[in-house]
Amino acid sequence: MKQAPTHYCPGCGHGIVHRLICEVLDEMNLKEKTVAVAPVGCSVLAYDYWDFDTTEAAHGRTPAVATGIKRVLPDRLVFTYQGDGDLAAIGTAEIIHSGNRGENISTIFVNNGVYGMTGGQMAPTTLIGQVSTTTPGSRRADRDGYPLKIMEMMAVLPGVVYLERTTVTSPKEVTKTKNAIKRSFEIQLAEEGFSMVEVLSPCPTYWGLDPSQSMRRIENEVVKAFPLGVIKGGDHGP
Amino acid sequence: MKYLTTGNEACGEGAIRAGCRFYAGYPITPQNELTAYMSKRMPEVGGVFIQSESELSAVNMVFGAAVAGARSMTSSSSPGISLKQEGISYIAAAELPAVIVNVMRGGPGLGNIAPGQADYFQAVKGGGHGDYRLIVLAPASVQEMFEFTFKAFSLAEKYRTPVMILTDGMIGQMMEPLEFDDAIKPVPAVPKPWVLDGAKGRPSRSIKSLLLKDGELEAHNIHLQKKFSSIEKKEVELELYKVKGADRIIVAYGLMGRIGRECVDTLRSKGIKAGLVRPLTLWPFPYKEIRKIASGKAKFLVVEMSAGQMVEDVRLAVQDDKRVRFYGRMGGGVPEEKEIVARVKQL
Amino acid sequence: MPEKTSHRSGIKLDKERCKGCMLCVEVCQRKVLEPAKGVNKKGMGYVVVAAAGKCSGCGLCVMMCPDCGIEIS
Repeated sequence: MKQAPTHYCPGCGHGIVHRLICEVLDEMNLKEKTVAVAPVGCSVLAYDYWDFDTTEAAHGRTPAVATGIKRVLPDRLVFTYQGDGDLAAIGTAEIIHSGNRGENISTIFVNNGVYGMTGGQMAPTTLIGQVSTTTPGSRRADRDGYPLKIMEMMAVLPGVVYLERTTVTSPKEVTKTKNAIKRSFEIQLAEEGFSMVEVLSPCPTYWGLDPSQSMRRIENEVVKAFPLGVIKGGDHGP
Repeated sequence: MKYLTTGNEACGEGAIRAGCRFYAGYPITPQNELTAYMSKRMPEVGGVFIQSESELSAVNMVFGAAVAGARSMTSSSSPGISLKQEGISYIAAAELPAVIVNVMRGGPGLGNIAPGQADYFQAVKGGGHGDYRLIVLAPASVQEMFEFTFKAFSLAEKYRTPVMILTDGMIGQMMEPLEFDDAIKPVPAVPKPWVLDGAKGRPSRSIKSLLLKDGELEAHNIHLQKKFSSIEKKEVELELYKVKGADRIIVAYGLMGRIGRECVDTLRSKGIKAGLVRPLTLWPFPYKEIRKIASGKAKFLVVEMSAGQMVEDVRLAVQDDKRVRFYGRMGGGVPEEKEIVARVKQL
Repeated sequence: MPEKTSHRSGIKLDKERCKGCMLCVEVCQRKVLEPAKGVNKKGMGYVVVAAAGKCSGCGLCVMMCPDCGIEIS
């Protein structure tokens, strides 16, 4: 991490995931081999905090940009960092097809169930009953559809080798997230194909909860819609 | 060597010979020969070919490849280029070199697959969001498809900016002899101290177009505009045909420039002092050159396969609207020689 | 600047990075950390090392901190 303090709200999960990525890259001695692609959303400024090569991408096109980089530089570690708006809404086609091509990249997908940067609108991952600025009352299935489970969708693609959903609600879960990120990077170095780690992450600001309550909400509610664990590649890996 | 080939394939070969090693594209007529050609040629030269899931993805793969330092290209036709505009704006903002080929067809909407020139505005006035320009080259033959594409890579790297080849379905699909030196050397490598390839032995870098600090974005825009001014000063190219002493000037580009040349010969054979101005760069546009020609008393007929787009720039150049007339056909209609000749006579 | 340094663990908390989310306070079983009374230069509530001597150096607070604000040497 660079010295700059982040712009994230108090208790935002992005800071934890940012740090875990840096820790893994340091431990694997990959900092000088890494090119990361930042999304549009709260984490667009990730490049202000990471001390390795980073590029921006247009909203949702993050995996397409990563594809271009990785194909040109196949021996570098290339990963995308995406939120749920970037990955599961506007960038659905890009993520599905990068997976389907078995693109040898890693994706760190931070799912906080809301558009934070633009003011708390409904995301594809917003839970039924969750309040957002664009779902008067709350999200209703009959009007707004259902929380989109990208991981489960991608599990059927042969090019996708490893999918794990984790969270950051406790030191134990933080450790699992770190291990999952590490595994994803190892899979890429072994040239096995596409892998993705989805991190259920708190947005205290737009959930209207304090940071601690936000963590409990993930444990009690969010995991019911988005179950934790290895979704694909449990017996697979370096 | 001499080859008999299509404009689309000549474009692909021009790119390969220039050193293009990354191509991503999505099927759309009438540019499919180019995508197919790249799928075959790229592996032969150790390059990358990707058939993407969308135009959006293709242009952003090109963004990524350019970030990583590769000479990269995408191509499409009118509706697909509309989709690419977002990515083109990002490429221009991030100052990445890339080449985008638009083999225009009839529009608007899905239109048809006949040749068209109705994407002129989109190409030369910016196209996507924000203040930026594309360098736009307009080939009129299979030979020029090769040469202009080759040159496009040189310009893209020289100015770190996207360059568009603006052509049409007829030029793209026609077959003509193409001649080039088999030993032709690629565009010389230019230093790229901005490339992202892992921060080994140097500070880390980032490529971005989100500039939120006070005054930062304005400063970046001023920097971009200075670059665009420099391109306007240095890179204008046009073909003049029998313009000297002419009192009736056809102004046309691409396929219409080619037909315009035949019209000039026909008119001259009838004793009419006609000439042709064919802009080879549509942006930067040859305002100064046309203004100079207009300093006499010549009248102008602008011919396009559109409702009249380039004519606006010709009017700006001539600064005497009464002397500028327009003839165009739309929706895949191609102005014929006799139609153009008749209108020149009426000037 | 670090608030306090423990002899045992060397826990340091950077008050200016801290946003007062309290995730560290919550995770610490030994009640080493507690909220400060005032605000930092950014005007945000922050956490202080109140009982450095009790710190075992387990690092759970470091793991939960979203702002890289805690160091244990």
